[in-house]
Amino acid sequence: MLTGRRNAFLAWLLVLPASVLLVVFTHYPVIGTAWHSFMSTPRGRRPARFVGLENYQTMLADPIFWKAFYNNLIYAAGTIPLSVALALAMAVLVSSRIPGRGLLRMAYFTPTVLPMIAVANIWLFFYTPGYGLLDQFLALFGLGGTNWLGSPDTALWCVIVVSIWKEAGFFMIFYLAALQQIPPDLREAAAIEGSGRWYFFRRVTLPLLMPTTLFITINAVINAFRLVDHIFILTRGGPDNATSVLLFYIYEIGFKFWDEGLASAMTIVLLAVLAATAIAQFVFAEKRVHYQ
Amino acid sequence: MTGMHLAKSGFSSRRVLWQADRMSKISVANLSKTFGDQAVVNGISFDVEEGSLAVLLGPSGCGKSTTLRLIAGLEEPSAGSITIAGRDVAGLAPAARGLAMVFQSYALFPHLDVAENIVFGLRVRGVGRAERGERLRKVADLVGLGPYLARKPGQLSGGQRQRVALARAIIAEQRLCLMDEPLSNLDARLRHEMRVEIRALQQRLGMTMVYVTHDQTEAMTMADRVILLRDGRIEQNGRPDELYERPASVFAARFIGAPPMNIIDAGAGDGLIGVRAEHIRIRGAGESGHAARVAAIEYLGADTMVTAQMGENRVTARLQGRFGAGDGEPVVLDWEKVHEHRFDAKTEQRLEI
Repeated sequence: MLTGRRNAFLAWLLVLPASVLLVVFTHYPVIGTAWHSFMSTPRGRRPARFVGLENYQTMLADPIFWKAFYNNLIYAAGTIPLSVALALAMAVLVSSRIPGRGLLRMAYFTPTVLPMIAVANIWLFFYTPGYGLLDQFLALFGLGGTNWLGSPDTALWCVIVVSIWKEAGFFMIFYLAALQQIPPDLREAAAIEGSGRWYFFRRVTLPLLMPTTLFITINAVINAFRLVDHIFILTRGGPDNATSVLLFYIYEIGFKFWDEGLASAMTIVLLAVLAATAIAQFVFAEKRVHYQ
Repeated sequence: MTGMHLAKSGFSSRRVLWQADRMSKISVANLSKTFGDQAVVNGISFDVEEGSLAVLLGPSGCGKSTTLRLIAGLEEPSAGSITIAGRDVAGLAPAARGLAMVFQSYALFPHLDVAENIVFGLRVRGVGRAERGERLRKVADLVGLGPYLARKPGQLSGGQRQRVALARAIIAEQRLCLMDEPLSNLDARLRHEMRVEIRALQQRLGMTMVYVTHDQTEAMTMADRVILLRDGRIEQNGRPDELYERPASVFAARFIGAPPMNIIDAGAGDGLIGVRAEHIRIRGAGESGHAARVAAIEYLGADTMVTAQMGENRVTARLQGRFGAGDGEPVVLDWEKVHEHRFDAKTEQRLEI
């Protein structure tokens, strides 16, 4: 009895440092934000007061919020499937026995190591009209002179390309680790049964990678709403809010227009969207994912 | 799950067909496999007769698994040839060689249920649903997996997994089946049971089987022919009784049989004398024979292993029933001349007397 209580005490003591950090930097801010989303923004001598759902009403009536929401959906739909598929393709390539495999792995992983701000600056040069890398290349075919980041038609896609480039290498590492967990004799057993490479990939490799795919897609979804650093460098949400996504817009509302209440309301919506997708993915995947 | 229901299955009628229209003799000639500068298989030649079971036996690192993988087409030989059913299989993909294989790890697909694991190859080859179901039912019956078809490999015991691997090899209805230490992950009791069942299946279905093991008991009990390997070369190739009764070398004499054959250094150019434990007699001190002292006694129930120190040599005798004397007691060892095996002291090869 005594040792049981002492064990429990010790357990809590050991969990304490981590839980303090979680509470201070994660749980308290979430609750605080939820609270602020029901309050007006304090201005000058007017303190914050309870306004109920007023912030949410303002948000729903704001066309730029909807624009940012829509942009974010496009951004997610553009980045997630492509970066995951690319990661898988790269992992399959560098897990096979090819010359220069180590170098290729490093090359694929490099974008992950680079800070997003630096990456964005490199791509800024690529996209520059006239003398940027992309335009110089296209000029060879007589197609130069596109203002990639300056045109509302192309700006969001440019941002999407940078994200895919940045993320695929990171996801590749997880696929690579998972691929190496698959025993080689499965491939041999399949070869003896006459299974071709593609059949084996579809029937064995892909299903065995499902837990990894689930993990990666959840991370990809979160990143699609969270990773906005490059937008600050590349477009600052422009032109005409064409590249403004939710988190970027929240930052503008909160720290440029200092409307704390409205920013809080939007943050809560963002959190709700993320939580809902994560739960949906788990529920969907539970039936289809085989864990070893 | 007790035994395989051979009589119930529809295989007896099919078996005649298999044997009639499919020849499956294997001929291996001067086969070598080198990894880097190390020859794992070093110029070996042997034949496996149609419908027989050949065991590749040897300690780890002797090249037995590599030889099997070369036959399967999972490795490319560095030199030599392999002929299956009269056809040189050099450069042929594993699937084109007309064989099935059971892996040591079983190599089951963890995300597929038992039924899907078994019919994996049939699906690959585009066998229709009705025929798949029919063949699955028969094979599942044969290996006693009927109630487990919907389970995943992770929910099965070791013995059941072994049966799934076996069923996957049988359902292919290939003339030739390769087995790479299929029983090494099972406990002793199950190993004995499966040994009997695999041998019964092989004979029932008339398969030609190449079976790799490091366990001499498996080799002795199952094989029509034992090919004993050592350092990539064939040490001896013969029927189990030939290996036991006329071992070609000291290595063969000590690898086959438990306990290993006693090797007695006769001293002064007389070479080495080998005597099996069951041929050694122990008498009380003072009688005629070789003086020795009891060093260890292992009581096994039906018989007792008595190890005695005889000069420089340690000799083990297998005696029926109990043994009266205790440790350290002086005794006399004796054996009949006809039970002696002679080996050259330098080459350790058998000397014909």
